[in-house]
Amino acid sequence: MARVVVDRLREIIRESLQEGKAAGVVAMKLLEGHPRPHLFTKADLKDVDALVVDETRYPLAAVLLKIRRKYPEARLGIVARGCDERAVIELVRNEQLDKELVVVYGVTCDKELAAYCKCPQPFPENPIVGDKAAPVSAREDLERIEGLGAEERLAFWMGQFGKCIKCYGCRNICPLCFCTSCTLDEEELTQTGTMPPETPIFHLVRALHMAERCIDCGLCEEACPSHIPLRTFYKKMRSIMETHFNFSPGMTKEGKGPFQYLGDGTFGTGEAG
Amino acid sequence: MDYKTVYTICPFCGSACGVLLEVMDGRIEGVLPCKTNPVSRGNMCIKGWSADEFIYSPERLNRPLLKKNGQLEEVEWGEAIEFVASRLKAIKTAHGADSIGALSSAKCTTEENYLFQKFMRTVIGTNNIDHCARL
Repeated sequence: MARVVVDRLREIIRESLQEGKAAGVVAMKLLEGHPRPHLFTKADLKDVDALVVDETRYPLAAVLLKIRRKYPEARLGIVARGCDERAVIELVRNEQLDKELVVVYGVTCDKELAAYCKCPQPFPENPIVGDKAAPVSAREDLERIEGLGAEERLAFWMGQFGKCIKCYGCRNICPLCFCTSCTLDEEELTQTGTMPPETPIFHLVRALHMAERCIDCGLCEEACPSHIPLRTFYKKMRSIMETHFNFSPGMTKEGKGPFQYLGDGTFGTGEAG
Repeated sequence: MDYKTVYTICPFCGSACGVLLEVMDGRIEGVLPCKTNPVSRGNMCIKGWSADEFIYSPERLNRPLLKKNGQLEEVEWGEAIEFVASRLKAIKTAHGADSIGALSSAKCTTEENYLFQKFMRTVIGTNNIDHCARL
């Protein structure tokens, strides 16, 4: 992001903190040559000089949620790219964040980053700085795999999941993996000294959990030491959601998600077309 | 209200992945992989992802324990060191230096590990020294 644009952003954040529009703002800070998530507060306005927006992406919405859980009453800001904003939208929908207590300072991604991320929406709804780059379509990978026969497709995915080293980085980095308890951490369910769930159980269960949540940010795929094309996998979940429920996590702004309806018990009985 | 990250190296193995410790109000609350570390480039294994868990573990020893009459008892450092020194000396005299071996820890600093191998080689007189990062 151009220097003059970042300077303008820093000015806006400094003003917001000074005027108390936000008690703190989650954004990236450049320190010791490594950009990292940080909470900027009124206590150190000079600190805002180190606020940066570059190509390094971290789950800022997850950091926001972590701080929110400790300070439920505070109004917190977030310098959000398109993906960060989509994460905030889903965290609000899933009642993890209170919309009234989140201030989004939208920033755009340039076209190089949009191309690298193959981003479906490289900008938030109302960016305060930066020009919007065009969305990048990235359905080729999914289409190529869907073009394979059932057996080949199964072999492909089993081969990919077989590479998993069970670091669970995909779960840990995910801004939408917000559960406070997880089967993988429950001593009653996954006992110390026993093997983790077999391939592909973990991957399939996680995909189901992600169906209503995955905002297609790609942080999981970036965090995967085994280069499993997780994003392509979750894209399939997203396309099912879109086709059958007309719902796209992070993109559908209002209303409940499909899993949030209890329904009347008739769904899936074969009665309806 | 304070949240920052501290850049460091994962304490578990010789790969030396770059990690960011998430520090909230002075307490370590989590780990993120450092995406700009040239070695690990934003990847970690499960040990790195859980690298903060031992820090506040209630099972962590924070003072010396000595087994007396079959029970572990808290003792002063002086007593603990004296006991270890006298036993090592006795075993070395009776069975030779190579009857003693030592395992060091990746959770210690490089300097502590250097000192420990130096102690084993020069004071005890054996090359029986290993380290969990060499697994």
